[in-house]
Amino acid sequence: MLTKRIIPCLDVKEGRVVKGVQFVSLRDAGDPVELAKFYNEQGADELVFLDISASHEGRETMVDVVRKTAAALAIPFTVGGGIRTLDDMKRLLRAGADKVSINSSAINRPELIKEGSDYFGAQCIVVAIDAKWSEEDQTWMVYTHGGRNKTDKKAVDWAKEAVALGAGELLVTSMDQDGEKNGFDLPLTKAIRDAVNVPIIASGGAGKAEDFYEVLHNIDADAALAASIFHYKETSVSEVKASLKQQGVPIR
Amino acid sequence: MKIGVIDYGMGNLFSVEQAIKRLGCEVLISSDQKSLLTCDALILPGVGAFEDAMKKLNDTGLVTFIDKIVAVNKPLLGICLGMQLLFEESEENGYWKGLGIFKGVVKQFSGKDLSGKSYRVPHMGWNDLIFAKSPTWLEQLPTDNFVYFVHSYLATDMDEENLIAYAEYGDMKVPGIVQKGNVTGMQFHPEKSGECGVYLLQQWLRAVAKGVAVS
Repeated sequence: MLTKRIIPCLDVKEGRVVKGVQFVSLRDAGDPVELAKFYNEQGADELVFLDISASHEGRETMVDVVRKTAAALAIPFTVGGGIRTLDDMKRLLRAGADKVSINSSAINRPELIKEGSDYFGAQCIVVAIDAKWSEEDQTWMVYTHGGRNKTDKKAVDWAKEAVALGAGELLVTSMDQDGEKNGFDLPLTKAIRDAVNVPIIASGGAGKAEDFYEVLHNIDADAALAASIFHYKETSVSEVKASLKQQGVPIR
Repeated sequence: MKIGVIDYGMGNLFSVEQAIKRLGCEVLISSDQKSLLTCDALILPGVGAFEDAMKKLNDTGLVTFIDKIVAVNKPLLGICLGMQLLFEESEENGYWKGLGIFKGVVKQFSGKDLSGKSYRVPHMGWNDLIFAKSPTWLEQLPTDNFVYFVHSYLATDMDEENLIAYAEYGDMKVPGIVQKGNVTGMQFHPEKSGECGVYLLQQWLRAVAKGVAVS
C-alpha cells in the first residue's frame, strides 16, 4: 500500500539552512548535507531544498549541495527556488535531484511547466503554490515572492491549470498558516485536493505531531511538509511517523 | 568489479552511479559499446518519455547492442523507464515498439479503479513490494520492503512467470521487479529507496560477482 510521506523542508541560502517565520526573520540552522543525513536517519520519506539565495553564486552553491546530498543519501529529494528555465532544471536534475519545484517562474511563464514535463516527465515537475485567503475574492489567491506579491490567480484554478500543463505534484503552502504552528490549512488543502488528481503535499502551519494526522488522514493529502518544528526539535520525523502509524495511517 | 551504465542521454545517472560506487564497484558511464562490453554487468537507466528513449537507443545503435547483451548472457538491470523499455510496446503518447525482451504492454495509470474510485497519478512515494517469487540473485527476501516509486505508466499483460515482485496501487498489481534470464527490471528507483533499495542493489551486484544473476 502506498504510504503517506513526511517531508522536512530545508530553506537554503548561500549553502546554509535557514528558516523564516512567515518568511521574514531568518535563523541559521545548519549544514544542508548534514541535516539531510540526520533526517534520513529519522525516517524522512523525502526532502525538499528550497534555495532562497538571491545571487547567481548562491544558486551555483545549491548545485553543489544537491550533488553532495545525492552522493551521500539514497532518498528522493526536490529542489526549488530560482528555477526559471529548462537549463536550470537540467543542472539540478543532473546533479542528482529527483524533482524540481517551480513557483513564481511558472506564474510568469506557465509554459515552463509544459517544457519541463515534456522533457523530464511529469513526475519530475512539482508546482509550488503559495496561497492566502482573500476576503475580497472570497477564495484563496496565489502569492509570489515569499508571500509579498498577490497575483490575479485563484489558487484552485491555478492548481488545475498547472496540472493540465503537466505538473506531476503540487506543493501547497498556506501563507495564512505558515509559521503560526496552529496546524495545516485544512480547507485550502481539501479544496485543491478535490480539484486535481496528482499527489498533493500540504505545507505551512505544522506545530505538533497531531497536526499531521488531520491533514493526511482527514483531508487525505499525500504528503505533509514542515521545517521549523523539525529543525528546532519541537517534534521529530520519527515521533510524527510513530504517532501516525499508531493511528492507523499507512506509514513507511 | 565494473558496472557499466548505458548513457543514451536520458535522465539522471548521477544517483545510480553513486549508489553503485557506495557498494564498492567501479562505474563506467558510457555509450561506447566496446567499453560497455568490458563491464561485468550493465544498467539501463532512464527518466523521461518512452518515445524519446527508444529513438535515442535506435539512433545510437544501442538496440542491437542490448540484443547482443541478452544473447551473450551478460547481466542487465533496467531501472524505471529503463525497465519499461524492456517490454514489447508502450502506449505512452501513441504506440511505440520497445526492446521486446519481456512480453507485455506499458500503459498509463487510468486514475480510476474498476469501482470508479479515483486514485492519484503519478504513483509517487514509498510502497511495499510483495514478492511473488524469489529471484535467483536474491539470497533472502528483504525485511524492509518499502521502495520509492515515481511513475505514470506501468507494465501490463506480462508473463506471470517473469513477475518477481509487485506493489498494490488502486486496484492494480504494479510490476516492481521482473526477471527473465540475465535481464532484471525494477520499476522503482533502488538508488533512491533507502535500506531496501541498497539491499536489492547489493544482492544483484553480489550475484553478478558470483555469476548467478541469471535465472
